[in-house]
Amino acid sequence: MFTALSRIIRYGLLGFWRNGWLSTATISIILIALFVFESLIIFQILTQTALDAIQNKIDISVYFKSDAPEDEILKIKQVLSGLEEVKSVEYVSKDQALEAFQSRHKDDEAITESLKELEENPLLASLDIKAQDPKKYAAIAEYLDKSSFKDRFQKVSYTQNAVVIERLSKVIDTAEKGGVTLIVVLALLAVLVTFNTIRLAIYSSREEIGIMRLVGASNTFIRGPYLVEGIIYGAIGAFLSVLFALPIIYITSPYIKIFIPEMNLWSYFLNRIFFIFLYQLLFGVTLGIISSAIAVRKYLKI
Amino acid sequence: MIIFQNVSKIYQNNSHTMVALDDASFTINPKEFVSLVGKSGAGKSTIIKLLIGEEKPSKGRIVFGSYDVNKLKLKELPFLRRHIGVIFQDFRLLSNKNAYENVAFALEMAGRPQSDIEEFVPQALELVGLKNKATNFPRELSGGEKQRVAIARAMINHPDVIVADEPTGNLDPANTWEIIRLLLEINKLGTTIILATHNKDIINQLGSRVISLDNGKIIRDEEKGKYILT
Repeated sequence: MFTALSRIIRYGLLGFWRNGWLSTATISIILIALFVFESLIIFQILTQTALDAIQNKIDISVYFKSDAPEDEILKIKQVLSGLEEVKSVEYVSKDQALEAFQSRHKDDEAITESLKELEENPLLASLDIKAQDPKKYAAIAEYLDKSSFKDRFQKVSYTQNAVVIERLSKVIDTAEKGGVTLIVVLALLAVLVTFNTIRLAIYSSREEIGIMRLVGASNTFIRGPYLVEGIIYGAIGAFLSVLFALPIIYITSPYIKIFIPEMNLWSYFLNRIFFIFLYQLLFGVTLGIISSAIAVRKYLKI
Repeated sequence: MIIFQNVSKIYQNNSHTMVALDDASFTINPKEFVSLVGKSGAGKSTIIKLLIGEEKPSKGRIVFGSYDVNKLKLKELPFLRRHIGVIFQDFRLLSNKNAYENVAFALEMAGRPQSDIEEFVPQALELVGLKNKATNFPRELSGGEKQRVAIARAMINHPDVIVADEPTGNLDPANTWEIIRLLLEINKLGTTIILATHNKDIINQLGSRVISLDNGKIIRDEEKGKYILT
């Protein structure tokens, strides 16, 4: 058993080495396939982060009339937090609103001056409501509109922004669905290309396989070295795909940060490089083994 | 002991049928040297293909020792084939293995220990006169040398039978006689030899059993045969 295994591994390594050009060609194709797979993972992470960031920017603000007492507002906040559709509710008091307003316009002297002129704080207290799902804003807005404390509201921002929010939520939805479809299609393409490359590589050995059968080799003994070669293809491909990704990500990371400030792709990649390599290894080796096994099977029927 | 019992092999195409072997019956005893003669397409190769299970007979029964050849499954065929050493006209060496590895392969696949390989492979290569070409790949060997590697591979497992299908078909006369001499030597050591050929000189010199075939039929089976085809 052990001798058989060591012979199979030795023949696999020998075959890999002696068919140098074929092995190189096969590995480059697997490398491309794994690269596609890797890009898909990163693409998925990026779109998810970007979409999350956009979602976080959408909210409904309820502005209260200036005579609404704070404890009542807090009570309303509690009621709203209890709703299923609501992810979070944040209370912004009049003073906080003023502070935020001042810091936002600290360079604008006209505004700073005119604020000083006023004796009373002109800003309103508000509740910023975020939904679990951007599609739920309409429902929340409707709830607010029908609620008993409606006459405490000065205005609800949703009514002003309804169109934008709805459009954004549609964009997010489509981007998520489209992303999944794209990933499935590209991953399938990568699998098919790899499978066919390995099949062609083994096709060139079909006579050898026939000879081995005729001189009395068992199928396990014939198949084994090809599976070993498949494993080597996958492993080297996985290693190279991660290695080649490093400079690309290093260069693009600052540009991605411009579009998605929440994302530092370089450090994200470095932190998870081991898992990404493991994913790639698993994907590459599985693909190598399965393709080899299917390709050899055809020629073993002598 | 090899027994062919009323064996026929018919290849069927959409348009026509081709009878490769027609109701052939014969028995080959251990240690015999038997020649199969006939023109190309007479059925020599078909008999060999049927014997090693490369093809299945359309009719009849083939027995090899304790094996009922046509009832063997794909999985069981390797065990039968390890009892039969095969030599082909086109050599059929493994092109990405060198001479030593080609011979060693037959022992390795049978699960023999490394010590056996280190002992027997050089012996076999020496017997066929290729000790100094052990590390050469098939593409670096001449036709005669390739065939001698194939013989070393065929005999290394000490098979009960060596089957040679036109082993000299691609060789010049000098190499031809070298191959026949090796086969005779192996036969003397107690291995049955089945030699398919259409080389008249070889048959007439051997003076051993000859089974003559024509159009898939056995037309003659003589103890001390000559090459006669009508």
